[in-house]
Amino acid sequence: MSFEIVSSGFQHRQRTGTPLSQALKTGIVFGVLSLYLALVGVYLTFDKSWVVVNVLSMGRTLLFVVPLLAGVQFARLNRSQSRAVQLGGTLLVGLIVGGFTACLLPVILFGNLRVMFVALSSPLAKMLALGLTPVLGAAVLVAGSAAAALFGALLTVMSPTVRRPITVGLAALAVVALLQEVLQLILRGGGAAFSFITRGLFQYGGLTVRGAIIVFVAAALVSIVVARLRAPFKARFAELPPGAARFLRQAGIVILLAAIIFFPLIGGSFVAQVFLLVGLYALMGMGLNVEVGLAGLLDLGFVAYFAIGAYTIALLTADSPHALASMSFWAALPIAVLVSVAFGFLFGIPVLGIRGDYLAVATLGIGEIVRVLVLSDVAQPLLGGAQGILNIPSPAIGSFELATPTSLYFLTVCCLALATYFAFRVQDSRLGRTWMAMRDDEDVAQALGINLVKTKLLAYSIGAAFAGVAGAIFAVMLKSIFPHSFQLLISINILALIIVGGLGSLGGVIVGALVLIGLPELLREFGEYRFLLYGAVIVAMMRLKPEGLWPARIRRRETADA
Amino acid sequence: MPDALLRTVNMTKRFGGLVAIDSLDLDVLPGTIHSVIGPNGAGKTTVFNCIMAFLAPDKGEIWFDGERIDGLTPDRVAASGISRTYQNLRLFRNVSAIENILVGMHLHLRTSWWSAVLSTRANREEEREAHREAERLLHFVGLRGRGDVLARNLSYGDQRRLEIARALATRARLIMLDEPAAGMNPRESRELMVFIRNLRDERGLTVLLIEHHMQLVMNISDRITVLDHGQKIAEGLPDEVKNDPVVVEAYLGTRKRHPAEHA
Repeated sequence: MSFEIVSSGFQHRQRTGTPLSQALKTGIVFGVLSLYLALVGVYLTFDKSWVVVNVLSMGRTLLFVVPLLAGVQFARLNRSQSRAVQLGGTLLVGLIVGGFTACLLPVILFGNLRVMFVALSSPLAKMLALGLTPVLGAAVLVAGSAAAALFGALLTVMSPTVRRPITVGLAALAVVALLQEVLQLILRGGGAAFSFITRGLFQYGGLTVRGAIIVFVAAALVSIVVARLRAPFKARFAELPPGAARFLRQAGIVILLAAIIFFPLIGGSFVAQVFLLVGLYALMGMGLNVEVGLAGLLDLGFVAYFAIGAYTIALLTADSPHALASMSFWAALPIAVLVSVAFGFLFGIPVLGIRGDYLAVATLGIGEIVRVLVLSDVAQPLLGGAQGILNIPSPAIGSFELATPTSLYFLTVCCLALATYFAFRVQDSRLGRTWMAMRDDEDVAQALGINLVKTKLLAYSIGAAFAGVAGAIFAVMLKSIFPHSFQLLISINILALIIVGGLGSLGGVIVGALVLIGLPELLREFGEYRFLLYGAVIVAMMRLKPEGLWPARIRRRETADA
Repeated sequence: MPDALLRTVNMTKRFGGLVAIDSLDLDVLPGTIHSVIGPNGAGKTTVFNCIMAFLAPDKGEIWFDGERIDGLTPDRVAASGISRTYQNLRLFRNVSAIENILVGMHLHLRTSWWSAVLSTRANREEEREAHREAERLLHFVGLRGRGDVLARNLSYGDQRRLEIARALATRARLIMLDEPAAGMNPRESRELMVFIRNLRDERGLTVLLIEHHMQLVMNISDRITVLDHGQKIAEGLPDEVKNDPVVVEAYLGTRKRHPAEHA
């Protein structure tokens, strides 16, 4: 694959430099990264959250994580050098990174660049100086960076049996610190048994010193035990008869799946809300995966079908002057699906003859047309314009109302399971093969007797059906809908999640939704900066694992054979 | 003389000012191997593209088995019983060999997509039968046991065979082969010759063949049409065509017109 050629060539060029030039280059690259993080305000924002409350802020940690990573990178490139060269080079790398960062201190104190860079404020200066006087602070910052780089290099060259527990422990600490708010919320909801853990590890705002030590040590111990048990366990597993091994593997998957599905039950309503959103996106991802992953029809207007499903439910069930009927949710749901399918069919017609990149642009137009129409004065009497439609009742089973995030989440899971089964059966059927053929070569497919019109419209319609269901649940989740809920960004998010998960892979849709929708929701306390992570994840994925987190069977074969 | 299976009447195709096919009358009789030869750029592949409806002819008619097929879409042409291979291989490269053939069988699989979702008995039986037939086709073209290999990982010769198997999977009555021997070594093209004869003799197919490999063409063709600059310049039995001075000139040129070619 072309990606590998590019990246391997890049690494090859990197390895050919002398250790000195390597150190300079690595130092400058990570130094610039550190400057960037400071300038866009990441350091300052993260300084408000704690890794360990009142001891170590996340911003300060990040300040030293950057040189640490620089040290790792340098040590990796110079594994074969002598110890003296490694030591000197690493120190140089750390000093350069620290020096770059420390340069900001005089800039903030004596210059005034706040017109351009809002983040260059005196709080940042205080933070960079680590609370000391500027001169002393700068010295400590540079020295600390060198020490961090040295630590990173040390981690890289030490034996894996020692390295693994340390890195696992640090990683666990980072995860717990990042997710502390959610974790505390979950643990508090869990009753007495959990409140013991809560009190042992956390205080308001983050981990206590004792908590941090416990997390680190516990994770390290687990990693040691796992490393010990791994080889004998694998050997035992290999001895099992194939039937039993398969059963165990499948049982493992089922247990994991059940754990994920029922997690919101113990996680409380915030977690349920996040999972509900993940489920809705996964449902839409299933639909878009039919269009893009299976049939190869790039669709950037997919949000239109989501909106159509939501508005159909609103018009048929809401207690509002715009309502056309006052049906129950369950009666309106099939109609919403049918209406979405009808629009999928309808919108498919004008773009039938368009291929590839042009198709993306054309469908983009369709998505925007729907949004603008809904907002317009012409449709205002019918669809409520920018004021939207309010008072959408929750679905009810008997007298039980599905009003909480948890109950709606389980409704979503049921729909998602149905959609997944549907997609699973279709992708290996004659229709699935037809889509595959069309994706690979439209002309040849047609010359083998495949009716392209029918095949494409079927893909659009089925994709739209899944999005329609998601829209219907979205409407009862918010209890009111507005045109601005259906932005282009949603289409792009769905496309991103199926690509990151693995185009054409059903498992990938779910993994992609968890990573790209779930994680940013859990990291809400970092505000807009979490989208920085979002972007970084997408770029890194395309660079390192272009086939996706859970590649489709076909693509797995492709990369295995390549 | 029986009626032609495929007949083009006065077929003309222009690309801007270039006349790619000029008023071509072509009669392909059922149960024959009919070759179309001519120098590069003579319009041979354009003939295939017009028949398969990849291109719309500017003038003229195309008849297949008594039905007029010009103006149909390619899938309808395929459904009427014509199938083809491509000069530069166009397999579905990223799926297995057997899936390529299964796509070719699209036309005569009947169960609908929702019966696949429900996994009905009819659907399962049809799929099983389809796989069996695909295995038979693999066997027939000499790719037995290679069904699970990705198409793009097959050797060049095997890819050519697979493309023919995919064309056969449509159960077409007329199969059009566009330079099937291109890139094959002498042994492989001898095997191909036997194979094409089998298509006619065992499967009762009509074969329309574009080929540059003269020995192969002269050996297996029942009838040969020679094109040059989009015009039919000769037609007849192999021996008649071989000795036709017009054909020799079209292929080799005369010393006067193309001195450089023989220098």
